[in-house]
Amino acid sequence: MSEAYIPDARPGAITADVADPILKRGPGRIWWICLVVSLALTGLMVVSLVVLVTGGIGIWGINTSNVWGFALVHYVWWIGIGNAGTLISAMLLLTRQHWRTSINRFAEAMTLFAACIAGLFPIFHLGRPWLFYWLVPYPNTLGLVPQWRSPLVWDFFAIASYILFSLMFWYTGAIPDFATMRDRAKGKIAQIAYGILALGWRGSARHWKIWQSYYGAMAAMGVPLVVSVHSVVGMDYAAGIAPGWNVSIYPPYFVVGAMFSGFAVVVVLAAIFRRALNAAHMITDRHFDVMGKILLTGSLIMTVSYATEWFYAWYSGEHAEQRVVADQLWGDFWPIYWAMLLGNCIFPQLYWIPKMRTNLTATILIAIGINFGMWFERVVITVIPPARGFLPSQWSFYWPTFWDWSLFLGTLGFFTLLFTLFLRVIPAISAHEMKEHLGEEKRT
Amino acid sequence: MSQIFGRGANTAARIALPSLVIVPVLILATLIFFRWTDYVTGEDRIVDQPVAFSHRHHTSEVGIDCRYCHTSVTEEASAGLPPTKTCMTCHSRLWSEEEMLQPIRTSWVTGERLRWNRVHDLPDHVYFNHSTHVTNGVACTQCHGPVGDMRLIGQEAPLTMGWCLDCHRDPGPNLSPPEEIFAPMPTRRAKIDAAAIHALLRDYDIEAGNLTDCTTCHR
Repeated sequence: MSEAYIPDARPGAITADVADPILKRGPGRIWWICLVVSLALTGLMVVSLVVLVTGGIGIWGINTSNVWGFALVHYVWWIGIGNAGTLISAMLLLTRQHWRTSINRFAEAMTLFAACIAGLFPIFHLGRPWLFYWLVPYPNTLGLVPQWRSPLVWDFFAIASYILFSLMFWYTGAIPDFATMRDRAKGKIAQIAYGILALGWRGSARHWKIWQSYYGAMAAMGVPLVVSVHSVVGMDYAAGIAPGWNVSIYPPYFVVGAMFSGFAVVVVLAAIFRRALNAAHMITDRHFDVMGKILLTGSLIMTVSYATEWFYAWYSGEHAEQRVVADQLWGDFWPIYWAMLLGNCIFPQLYWIPKMRTNLTATILIAIGINFGMWFERVVITVIPPARGFLPSQWSFYWPTFWDWSLFLGTLGFFTLLFTLFLRVIPAISAHEMKEHLGEEKRT
Repeated sequence: MSQIFGRGANTAARIALPSLVIVPVLILATLIFFRWTDYVTGEDRIVDQPVAFSHRHHTSEVGIDCRYCHTSVTEEASAGLPPTKTCMTCHSRLWSEEEMLQPIRTSWVTGERLRWNRVHDLPDHVYFNHSTHVTNGVACTQCHGPVGDMRLIGQEAPLTMGWCLDCHRDPGPNLSPPEEIFAPMPTRRAKIDAAAIHALLRDYDIEAGNLTDCTTCHR
């Protein structure tokens, strides 16, 4: 564990390590395989959406009790994943956690891609997605403004502001690296493309001064956004009346859950990029060690949150609440609930062992387990309360159909496609921030 | 290393960057404004009809009541269009050789009804009911305009939802006393009288609050 977060290298070597895989080396066979597979899955997504729009949302497994189903499950799952990028960029920047420089660029890309995919679900669940702009309060001939009491409207504002912020923050952070790419590119097209993206960056002291105050100010604005976006998603449920939803713990519990699932994806992506970019000296074992600790913390908070829900059910004395908890723990729904507990609470305890945090295989397996656990959690939250409402006559279970699954699988493919393309176009590691911190650890 | 960009690049960037915001905003503003134009709403539109029927002549000048032809207006959702028989009550004797009225006589002989073209076309998801309106103080001219002055009938109002809601949110000033409901021309009032409005709302038993429920017009 003597390894540093920041490699002991000259600045030029870092630049070369980040830029050369894009500018000098070809994509390689694995990249092409990824591209073809993800393109095929993206095709599946497009087909699923076309079938959805032509057939209506009845092609999903939803019914009068379970009006949301997978659409809300995957919306929350994806936006949760999208939460960690801004957390890493903004919160860790402000707290001067320099190890973030190895992972922030692709974590922000992950945020952006995941948030965009998340936004698809509520919009297509509208049934008539082309009318989604009715969620915007624009002057209209209907004489109406959106229904402010509707969580759908809150979601729209939360997601839209989050996507806009993530895009601008990500781009701002990458401007100096785009300039590096412009200067190193040999082809005319690459020079012009990176040149436009670099916005005339020359790396003068004045540029850096402006950039740093702007980036810092944006980070300060980003931290509340990290909290707000998922609090709003949590309030979608907390504002609902179904037993198991109407609980005030939802917003903070969702923020932690989102951070937890997002960091788990960052761990997986970091392992993939480390391999793909041959960057073991930039994404070191110590990074995995510290991310393991964060995941462990997240897991503990999630466990406490689940326990709080059980406590609430008991303490409220509300029969319906208690029945939902009982159904989750040992009733009809026990398989998904225990799958959730296994992935989110039990397996991550392995991170207590330092060797598990630095062992890449173990770390990745636990992180993937967390993603499964969080997926099951979204299913638990979305499917069980409406299926076990106050009126037993309304009880009905939700079974996903082929099109539910195909859309989910398709969005996974689309996410992979975006990342595959990202790797070949944009420097995946923030070279300029890493160079800034070179040698710092040796000095201290 | 040669320069990548020419002299004009800075100017191009200074134009392009604000345009990234301004152009979409302008496009959206245009689209939003477009929805209010007569082209979209159909306001002031006059539709070709099989016979050039003059509402002005038949109502203001001759003095026929609206309900003589639109018989179901006080009873049903639709005001009703008259059958050819209604026209022939007069026109079997009056102007019976007139070239202009040939389609009516043809219809009378063949039994094939006249195909009038709809002027006021609401969306299918709106359940507009004529009888509810005319029996609760909304005069014909309130929506259809000064019919007694229209040679050819046109769409007087934009018929947008916002236009409906203008009245549904504040019906009082748009109400008429029962004797003025079927007048061919709107009654000119000197000023809006708060006491009179209150009396009308009370007499018609209108509770303004629930007129904007979604289910008032949509089901």
